[in-house]
Amino acid sequence: MTLLDVRNLTVTYPGGAAAVRGVDLRLDAGQKLGIAGESGCGKSTLALALLRLLPAGTKVTGEILLDGEDVLTMRWGRVRAVRWAGASIVFQGAMHSLNPVHRVGDQIAEPILLHRKETPAGARRRTGELLEHVGLPAARVSAYPHELSGGQRQRVMIAMALACDPALIIADEPTTALDVMIQAQILRLIEQLVDEQDVGLMMISHDLSVLADLCDRLAVMYAGRVVEEGPARAVHEDARHPYAAALSAAFPRIGDPASRFAPRGLAGDPPDPAAVPSGCAFHPRCPVAVEGCDTVDIGLREAAPGRLAACVHVPAGNSADARSTP
Amino acid sequence: MTTPPPLLSAQGLHVTFPGRHGGPPVRAVDGVELDIRPGEIVALVGESGCGKTTLARSLLGLVPPTAGRVSFAGQRLEYSSRALKAYRRRAQLVLQDPSGSLNPRHTVYDAVAEGLRIHGYAGDEREAVTQALSRAGLRPPERFLLRYPHELSGGQRQRVVIAGALVLEPELLVADEPVASLDASVRGEILALLLRLRDELGLAALVVTHDLGLAWNIADRVAVMYLGRIVETGDVEQVLTAPRHPYTQALLSVLPDAPGEPVVLAGEPPDPSRIPTGCRFQARCQVLAGGEAERAGVADRCRGEELEVLGGGGEEQVACHWARARVTT
Repeated sequence: MTLLDVRNLTVTYPGGAAAVRGVDLRLDAGQKLGIAGESGCGKSTLALALLRLLPAGTKVTGEILLDGEDVLTMRWGRVRAVRWAGASIVFQGAMHSLNPVHRVGDQIAEPILLHRKETPAGARRRTGELLEHVGLPAARVSAYPHELSGGQRQRVMIAMALACDPALIIADEPTTALDVMIQAQILRLIEQLVDEQDVGLMMISHDLSVLADLCDRLAVMYAGRVVEEGPARAVHEDARHPYAAALSAAFPRIGDPASRFAPRGLAGDPPDPAAVPSGCAFHPRCPVAVEGCDTVDIGLREAAPGRLAACVHVPAGNSADARSTP
Repeated sequence: MTTPPPLLSAQGLHVTFPGRHGGPPVRAVDGVELDIRPGEIVALVGESGCGKTTLARSLLGLVPPTAGRVSFAGQRLEYSSRALKAYRRRAQLVLQDPSGSLNPRHTVYDAVAEGLRIHGYAGDEREAVTQALSRAGLRPPERFLLRYPHELSGGQRQRVVIAGALVLEPELLVADEPVASLDASVRGEILALLLRLRDELGLAALVVTHDLGLAWNIADRVAVMYLGRIVETGDVEQVLTAPRHPYTQALLSVLPDAPGEPVVLAGEPPDPSRIPTGCRFQARCQVLAGGEAERAGVADRCRGEELEVLGGGGEEQVACHWARARVTT
């Protein structure tokens, strides 16, 4: 069953920056979708748009169907009900997302009290259970954020996201500031929770190798667009879009002689969303750009069964708006 | 082939900070030997809190060691301000976050020329600045001279920081997480720049990082640090493809592309004010917990016998009772 269906989403900030420029995505219950991209590609804006968390004045068009219901046309009361209970977000940087002057237990209990109309005692019990579920002792409910390590704080954030049994969890760079070993612990926890509770996961990260390892499907974003989408492993190991290939190569596999003394990257920088290049937005950095790439904007094409890529080097034929079928 | 004498050498280095609220002292660097030879790139890897940044700062004379010593080009480092100033002409630091290490109100020219001015450079300042910028890959340099940091991208800012380090023509760069704050596609270019500087100028580098992939990309040698000590060191190919220390094995096994079952260590590294007795890794060691150390007959030594400090030379070494028992039996 389709849990989340994003259709032709565009987000334009008040200053004119087109952060998301026509994105189609879908996610089934129990599925894990990874969104990879660099700063400014629109991946975090996408996450915020899903729950209408963008600042006032931002222009959002398209459709965001959560369980068949369009988030963009919901009344405010309904949006508030959907947040936490329908879909929740684990933000990056748990240090800044937790309130430093409140005990973590009270912060986890807040959505439970608001959304599930629990009694304070019931909410306390549930908070203790949630903490144990994410691998922290229940006694930590009375800790303040500064008393916890970065990994523990991220566990608290995850407990909070699970508090109201949402059907969809959006994780925006949940492990970015953490050490590799703590990152492995958190990723394993997320994977286990998604598997046992059958929730949908949308995980956003700059680290394509982590997403390829964790997710079922992977979408690579560049300049506000999805430029490649497909089964996660296949996208990482055999990308069809030159940007996805370059991003993949930026995470070397240890032991691979081809990357020894040969760090790979791209010249130039990711584009500014306020000044997206003409034609294919990737053409100024593209190693295989040909004549016409600077004028013709290529949409997603079927690169292989179940795989889409937006590049002129992918043979046309299966037309642009072919949407991925799960 | 004879190995050249080390350019930079740490011998028995200890850095201890006083404990907070009368607590036990924090042994951030707890006995380290490390040599860096001319033109060599050494990666110092470890998790946050392992002491890698303190070690790097101490090698540059920014933190005086509590015990042990640092030598540069065969001479013991002195801590008078005059001696340190002379030293910093030859060994330069590149910091992690280029947005934080550049003054927002200085132009690129001022940022790069600052070192020259401090050291009273007698030659043509403009010439030196443009040359450093162009070596750091900002071409044509004239286009960048009058820009301010906010007008540059993250990658360009890091190149300015590197140009500022290069302008004094040092022999050694110490780079603390040089690409951690950059976008993935931009990192490769900065790493390629470090490699090119080594090839063209013979610049040696100590790269402090948590990223083992980075070590694989650019380093000749790697030193893995845990709780203030180097626990495994050797050639990158050797250490990263056939790790011997259980900690190195675990670090490598949790990388997304790693083959085999990941070994996820529970908990977090202990506080450096409470370093365990015996092997400092014993509390989290999967080999000891899994009973393999017991079978190898070294479990008692793991719990009770501290390992000696590894030598700083190039040879492959590991500070682990179990790994050593495996070789000898």
